[in-house]
Amino acid sequence: MNYILLMTGTKAGVDAYRTWSKSDIEGHFAFLGGLNKELTESGEFVANDGLGGPEHARIVRAGNDGLPITDGVFPESKEFLLGYWIVDVETPERAYEIAARLSAGPAPGGNRTVMPIEVRQIMTKRATEL
Amino acid sequence: MTTSATLDERSQHLLRELAPQVLAIVARRFRDFPDAEDAVQEALIAAALQWPQAGVPENPRGWLIRVAMRRMMDALRSDEARRGREEEVAAEAVLNRTEQDIDLEPEVDDTLHLFFMCCHPALTPASSIALTLRSLGGLTTGEIARSFLVPEATMAQRISRAKASIKASGVRFEAPAHRERRERVAAVLHVLYLMFSEGYAATSGEEAQRSELSGEAIRLGRALHGLIPEDPEIAGLLALMLLTDARREARTGKNGELIPLDKQDRSLWNRAAIDEGVRFLDAAIAKGAIGKYQLQAVVAALHDEARRAEDTDWRQILALYELMMKLEDNPVVALNHAVATAMVYGPSDGLELLRPLDADPRTATHHRLDAVRAHLLEMAGDYPAAISQYRLAASRTMSLPEQRYLQMQAARLSETSPGAADA
Repeated sequence: MNYILLMTGTKAGVDAYRTWSKSDIEGHFAFLGGLNKELTESGEFVANDGLGGPEHARIVRAGNDGLPITDGVFPESKEFLLGYWIVDVETPERAYEIAARLSAGPAPGGNRTVMPIEVRQIMTKRATEL
Repeated sequence: MTTSATLDERSQHLLRELAPQVLAIVARRFRDFPDAEDAVQEALIAAALQWPQAGVPENPRGWLIRVAMRRMMDALRSDEARRGREEEVAAEAVLNRTEQDIDLEPEVDDTLHLFFMCCHPALTPASSIALTLRSLGGLTTGEIARSFLVPEATMAQRISRAKASIKASGVRFEAPAHRERRERVAAVLHVLYLMFSEGYAATSGEEAQRSELSGEAIRLGRALHGLIPEDPEIAGLLALMLLTDARREARTGKNGELIPLDKQDRSLWNRAAIDEGVRFLDAAIAKGAIGKYQLQAVVAALHDEARRAEDTDWRQILALYELMMKLEDNPVVALNHAVATAMVYGPSDGLELLRPLDADPRTATHHRLDAVRAHLLEMAGDYPAAISQYRLAASRTMSLPEQRYLQMQAARLSETSPGAADA
């Protein structure tokens, strides 16, 4: 079963992260790299990507002529996706376990980020005989 | 690939053909499957690197055996604790011969033991499938990764973990005890069945990558049948796969929508595959010992042989599901049994049989139970209830094409009987 683990944050959170010290950033990336390696070794890793910051984000809708209408500025308060992991696991519990690991990533001052991780099952394109 | 020259298609095909043979020979010599698998993989890589430049050797199998055995010896020698095995002496004797003189052929049992190893009960079904595809199918890790839609590194780890489990379990590359043999064959059949289903379940979008899994399962089923032609369940599974795969083209529409059996364009069914499946099946049944794969294959054959959906021999199918119910406690069989009952005795008898499944934790909240109930309620003319069951099933399935199909059924009924949806 494939699950996507969505890490969401706010602009305030991203701004705070940008003030982290060199060693805090290094520590956090070492943690993320280690986790991805672990998931590959357990045969569960499918994909992982981080997304560009909120200043690159645009909300697009189609206008009457079908052309894109983009909102200029991304709202301050809005929660948005920071990155995602896709894992192939045997049980939903295992997906929650990995999500908790992600949420326990290191933050400055010996703290943990305790980021909320949204866990969603990815629907399969497979179908059984009708 | 870092090399400028790559193997031509014929040589690639040759390597695929030879890989399981070489593995069987090396594993038997050293009675160690996991290490032999590593050594043969290295030999295959060496061939892929060297053959394009140096040309395919005169005796390619001898060449591969020699290279793989040398790797085995190197590994053994670096492992002080394992020195002095009689296998080492035997391998030394082979290595002292020239490639041309290495005329070893795998024995029937060696290849069979490869099947037993790859489908060992110590492994999860997913890792058994991967290992079988590599060791017996001769597929590369990259090819297997693509058919499972995971990165190659992830698949490589799954395979090496599977081999580590075999190592940890301490089983050696030798014949299982006679009383175990039946179970081990059953385990192999289960893995081939799952491999086939993985591929057959693919719909548009994934089809191209995954459908080769069904083809590979059929190819391996043929190989296994060749090894033990007298086993009727092996022939039964082979027949089942052929008879099911024959309908592949008809099972989805041009926009990827699922088409149920009774609505399929039967002219798209593969007659040659059906004929071949029926031949295997007839020969298997003549042997007397009936089993679950043969029974399922007979059901598949009864569907395949009906010229129109309404010609389907539901009485026979019902009798077969009754037999299957006695053979195993399987909720999918119970659902199919209810459908067959409805087709013979009417929907209310079928609906009655679904009731106990509400209390079965394996089916209680499963979308297939809701979907079957929706179908039978529709047959009974209770459209409002059918619509709500179709919608319940749609909300519960984790399959996108099934969800789309179930929602379409609810929409179709709402449109043909206005007012029913709001009831």
